[in-house]
Amino acid sequence: MSSFRVSGRGRVDHTQPIQFTFDGKKIKGFKGDTVASALLANGIHLMGRSFKYHRPRGAVTAGSEEPNALVGTRRGPGRFEPNTRATVQEIWDGLQVNSQNRYPSLSFDIGAINDKAYMLFSAGFYYKTFMWPKSFWDKVYEPFIRAAAGLGVSPTEPDPDHYASRYLHTDVLIIGAGPAGLAAALSAARAGSRVTLVDENPEAGGSLLSEPSAQIEDMPAWDWVGKTVAELKELGVKLMTRTTAIGYYHQNMVGLCEKLTDHLASPDGETPRERMWRVRAKQVVLAQGALEKPLVFDGNDRPGVMLAGSAQTYLNRYGVRVGDKAVILTSHDSAWYAAFDLADAGTTIAAIVDTRAEPNADLVAEATKRGIRIMAGHTVTGTEGRLRVKSVRVNPVTGSSVGAPEVIGCDCLLMSGGWTPSLHLFSHTKGTLAWDEERQTFLPDHKAEECEIAGAGRGLWGIEAVLNDGAAMGAAAVKSLGKDIAPASYTVANDRPGTGVSHKELPTDLDAGKARAFVDYQNDVTAKDLRLAVREGMRSIEHVKRYTTNGMATDQGKMSNINGLNIASDALGVPQPKVGLTTFRPPYTPTTFGAFCGYHKGSHFEVTRKTPIDSWAEENGAAYEPVSLWRRAWYFPKDGEDMHAAVDRECRATRASVGIFDASTLGKIEVVGPDAVEFMNRMYTNPWTKLAPGRARYGLLLGDDGFIRDDGVIGRLADDRFHVTTTTGGAARVLNMMEDYLQTEWPDLDVWLTSTTEQWATIALNGPNARKVLEPFVEGQDMSDEAFPHMSVSECRVGGFPARLFRISFTGEVGFEVNVPAHAGRALWEMLYEAGKKYDICPYGTETMHVLRAEKGYIIVGQDTDGTVTPHDAGLSWAIGKMKPDFVGKRGLARPDLVAEGRKQLIGLLTEDGKTKLEEGAQIVLDPNQPKPMKMVGHVTSSYHSDAAGRPIAMALLEDGFNRMGETIYIPMPDRVIKAQVTGTVFYDPEGARLKL
Amino acid sequence: MTHFSALSLIKNALSGQKNWEPQWPDSEPKAEYDVIIVGAGGHGLGAAYYLAKEHGITNVAVIDKGWLGGGNTGRNTTIIRSNYLYDESAKLYDHALDLWDGLSQELNYNVMYSQRGVLMLAHNVHDVQSFQRHVHANRLNGVDNVWLSKEEAKEFCPPLDISPNARYPVVGAALQRRAGTARHDAVAWGYARGAAARGVDIIQNCPVTAIRRGPDGRVTGVETAKGFIGAKKVAVSAAGHTSVVMDTAGVRMPLESYPLQALVSEPIKPIFPCVVMSNSVHAYISQSDKGELVIGSGTDQYTSYSQRGGLPLIEHTVAAICEIFPIFNRMRMLRKWGGIVDVTPDRSAILGKTPVPGLYVNCGWGTGGVKATPGAAHTLAWTVAKDDPHPANAPFTLERFSTGRLIDEAAAAAVAH
Amino acid sequence: MLLIHCPYCNQTLPEAEFTYAGEAHIARPADPSSVSDEEWRDFLFIRTNVKGPHYERWRHFHGCGRYFNAVRDTVSDRFLITYKTDDPRPELSKLLEKSK
Repeated sequence: MSSFRVSGRGRVDHTQPIQFTFDGKKIKGFKGDTVASALLANGIHLMGRSFKYHRPRGAVTAGSEEPNALVGTRRGPGRFEPNTRATVQEIWDGLQVNSQNRYPSLSFDIGAINDKAYMLFSAGFYYKTFMWPKSFWDKVYEPFIRAAAGLGVSPTEPDPDHYASRYLHTDVLIIGAGPAGLAAALSAARAGSRVTLVDENPEAGGSLLSEPSAQIEDMPAWDWVGKTVAELKELGVKLMTRTTAIGYYHQNMVGLCEKLTDHLASPDGETPRERMWRVRAKQVVLAQGALEKPLVFDGNDRPGVMLAGSAQTYLNRYGVRVGDKAVILTSHDSAWYAAFDLADAGTTIAAIVDTRAEPNADLVAEATKRGIRIMAGHTVTGTEGRLRVKSVRVNPVTGSSVGAPEVIGCDCLLMSGGWTPSLHLFSHTKGTLAWDEERQTFLPDHKAEECEIAGAGRGLWGIEAVLNDGAAMGAAAVKSLGKDIAPASYTVANDRPGTGVSHKELPTDLDAGKARAFVDYQNDVTAKDLRLAVREGMRSIEHVKRYTTNGMATDQGKMSNINGLNIASDALGVPQPKVGLTTFRPPYTPTTFGAFCGYHKGSHFEVTRKTPIDSWAEENGAAYEPVSLWRRAWYFPKDGEDMHAAVDRECRATRASVGIFDASTLGKIEVVGPDAVEFMNRMYTNPWTKLAPGRARYGLLLGDDGFIRDDGVIGRLADDRFHVTTTTGGAARVLNMMEDYLQTEWPDLDVWLTSTTEQWATIALNGPNARKVLEPFVEGQDMSDEAFPHMSVSECRVGGFPARLFRISFTGEVGFEVNVPAHAGRALWEMLYEAGKKYDICPYGTETMHVLRAEKGYIIVGQDTDGTVTPHDAGLSWAIGKMKPDFVGKRGLARPDLVAEGRKQLIGLLTEDGKTKLEEGAQIVLDPNQPKPMKMVGHVTSSYHSDAAGRPIAMALLEDGFNRMGETIYIPMPDRVIKAQVTGTVFYDPEGARLKL
Repeated sequence: MTHFSALSLIKNALSGQKNWEPQWPDSEPKAEYDVIIVGAGGHGLGAAYYLAKEHGITNVAVIDKGWLGGGNTGRNTTIIRSNYLYDESAKLYDHALDLWDGLSQELNYNVMYSQRGVLMLAHNVHDVQSFQRHVHANRLNGVDNVWLSKEEAKEFCPPLDISPNARYPVVGAALQRRAGTARHDAVAWGYARGAAARGVDIIQNCPVTAIRRGPDGRVTGVETAKGFIGAKKVAVSAAGHTSVVMDTAGVRMPLESYPLQALVSEPIKPIFPCVVMSNSVHAYISQSDKGELVIGSGTDQYTSYSQRGGLPLIEHTVAAICEIFPIFNRMRMLRKWGGIVDVTPDRSAILGKTPVPGLYVNCGWGTGGVKATPGAAHTLAWTVAKDDPHPANAPFTLERFSTGRLIDEAAAAAVAH
Repeated sequence: MLLIHCPYCNQTLPEAEFTYAGEAHIARPADPSSVSDEEWRDFLFIRTNVKGPHYERWRHFHGCGRYFNAVRDTVSDRFLITYKTDDPRPELSKLLEKSK
């Protein structure tokens, strides 16, 4: 192992070596390492390239807020993901890691040429150029910009992994298992509440994992964490690690994403890769801690420049010294402790540069004891080193004057600009923040959900203060659930309290205009860019952000927001709260799409509804078409037949003898009650009072705007009972609409509505031999024309099953629709099919159904009508009960535009050559030679080859169509103009002779 | 106003970027204007720009309750297309598309209008019928839109899954090649800069609390957080907040405001060459210049001004995208946000005069506002200047909700069967 | 996802069980034929679209199936009350007082 690994130190398992690859090179680490900690242990800081300038970058953090160290991770075929944070990804044997956004290699990247021309690529430069010549934008400039942008590459194969989702209900959800979260969980659990404690890290402990020397209740911090976790488990607390709270939604619903396999060398294949939890909590405690801020100075982005707290984490948690010779640059006490820990572990601390003139005397004494040089009241004005920092330029600052520099050699620069409370989830709730002048940060103000904020999130600092606050907030959370508990009080020895100051960019003795002082590392936004945006009139932080892209990188401003705000506020000369804060949006950290999809993938993306007869169709080679959520048999091709041939055959067979069709998808609604007939009179356009039990009628349903919504045959079974059918796609909508009117407009009506779509299987038999096939199976109904004429309905038995038998036709042939209980559907179908064989019975699908109905001019709502069509337009005026005082749509129909002359009306079309089939959707004109834009007068709604008519037929909506019978109209196609004649819509058996037995 | 050019960029680079001027001043209100536009989004700023440039009306204020471009202008998925079915819509959106085409040069501000093509996927016979109807109507209206087989669609957009076994198999697609995306913020900024240079005042952070009318019923001005500001004419272009503002003038609107959510992925190198929309699964996707996959969904079911939106809709949207583009399943969502869209009963805009003399309204763009920006702005300016409809906005009246002469693009695609 | 109290089931349940049904207390005119085109437009299309407490309807679609009324603040999406269809329209001032 390299000299950067501190033997025996940290929480990694020094007995379990692990090997992975980085850009093809074998790297050794230990179990418990992240990619970043393992690389650092091998002395590798260079891990990535920035977005715009392709500057070499190293890990600047040790956590999920990392903006620089983004890598591609791969686990064999299909398992690749770009932009993985090296500081989070745990290593396992065989993990393949690649750097990104560089060509040809990470250490030599041609894209870095951008860096040389940085003065040109100032904020918003692209708004000001690339406009000439105009055609160059699409062809030259934009492809170039796009190729340069982006970070990693996209996956290119479907994802072989699966994902899961779960609901969880809990009394108290605590987010963050650091000292505040652990103490809060103890309070809540001891009070007897159901507690869920989540943390994005592989183990609980949070900042305590980086502070092993602290003593809590006379116990080393790590021992206290262990004991606490054990007690929490004992108390039944659900502790979820590797689990990120991604979003905080309405009424205390929190989305959690749990990572289950990304850290494993060989996942079992059963476990989902990630699981999305939708947690509904009575109370939420936000204990997400605080994030350390970088300082903004020239060269603050070289590999080896890192947050001091992160360096402390690498040392204490991973046993890795991030360098041999460090310079510390800080405006906060916390970095001093990092320096002490590193010094004690063998790293030379070349200097502690504190921007404050008089740092805490105790810290100074501690440093002095270790022989560390202290440079108080100093600043850093630059760094050197191409792929790794090698020196730091340090200057004294007196008031506003910056003194002469001294260059100090080093291999890492550890900085701290203070800490920002992590309030992302709180912001998701639309809770408000207030600027805290003393701490120079935003703190929670007005709460919009049932939550408490604990610890560093409230601006507290030091383990003892945070533990006690956590305990108090845990108690506060359960108090609102009616549980009283006195919060525990904690004493901490070797605590590391501290304070600090906040800065804009640090002062310099050099030309500030040339400083490369980065605020948003990933997006290469510098302090100068922010000032330029302000100079150009961007006055709100939203404008500054959008103009410069500050805060829009994959860390979503975790590193850059407050520094950016400080600089913008200084440039504008107004205090920070007046400049505003950009809104944090979910997810807290980038979250896998697959986790959002959960189980909704492939056939589970959405249900596929199948009829009771679907399996027969499948066994008999049906081709299917999707119709709303259903799959329906489209046609039944025989060997070698295409759709056209199959449909022609099915049509012929049905008209010649008998066809059988699965109509089970039709919506069915049972309308029952003393006022059923009145209800039907009000809902449908037709009159129902005189329809006798045992008779059926075509029903037309409008919206109150007067336009056609749905249609279907409706049978009256008894004085107080109707069997209503609807279109396949309209079933739920129609029932919803009926319920709406019944419950809210006409509560006086005594009616019950029940959906029976799935209770009945519906088999349609059509053709001159239909009765012959059916009759032997019917009990309790005389099937003669006199006893059971067209448009009859009967409750009887068919094939031994209780049935509702309709004599209706959607084909123009003698037709029956048999409704039997769903479970009997396939059995009856097979009986009828067997019996029909002697009549050459032919199963047919929806396409043949469409052709047969079109030959008769029967409309399909949604195809021949489109939501702008009135009954009159569709030629259905006869379906309107003219004597009724009211029905849904009656008033709407009387509106000026709906009674206007010349509306589009449904007519038939026959192409002049008798051979050309029109395209559905094709547009109609009267003058084909007019220039574009042409005056269109209608469009083709239905078009089929008709075997019965021996030619193609079509229906169309045509302006003033009823008055254009016999006229020639034109359908201009891309390659030719088709002539057609306007006709009626009935193309077959206009007298209806075939409906009679 | 500094003219933007490569030369000015180089010159300023050499002088340390210190000489750039503000692109627009942050104005304080005058006592009175000829025209006040309520709402400083792309539509309102654009209308001010065209009032000044094409109608010589420069005594104009654009007033916003927040920062300019902070509403839907900055919260959309930047899709621009004009392949609408009805003549009325096609005319207005194509007018917008024509203006988009030269907008960067017109404004001397690169709005990055990228004609990447918009592909609308058909998943079943009904979709095919509906899209063919669009394609044919568009062709005869002179709007480009062509039908592609599923293989041609795959060639145009390689990440597309066209396997017949998908839950929503792709059976074909309609493609408008001139359609594409633009940089939404730049549109607002470009118009603001152009309008300000011509004398328009842009007044930010100044909520309009009421529209005032004189004894004759005519508009006299607006009450604001900064006091009363007089105006001969007032145009309301306040998107989701239009109902609230119009109500103060006694005009009740046929509008409902819904949350609309969108999201982006982490940025990746170019993989997605166009815009793809699927109405059947309610999702659309493109890739931004920055490399993020930009994904939009339908509206939440309830009206709201919260700009929040729920998790289930986002889950459905992401699942829909991954169903059509399975290679994106391991990509990560970076950011999700919500806007407020104002929706009319026929899902088409209301643009023109109101029953109140001197009061004009531009609203109801629903989910289609960004693509209309220059067209809406240009024709709104015409109508305000001339107190008369522009030929392209004439059908988009308030009266149509009384007469029944709706422009119902969604009903035209209505699914039943 | 909102949590919604169904006044018929007397249970608070997730939004997934419910469908939104638009503004409440817009009665269909008793005699539609006697109203003007403008009045009919108002019934069909004109909505208050209020920013703040909004009287609206929901349906417990995947539950009891009943339509009911609610007052929800469209700024916070928080429900002030849900009530049965035939309950009187609650007074806003009292609701606001109660929610404080």
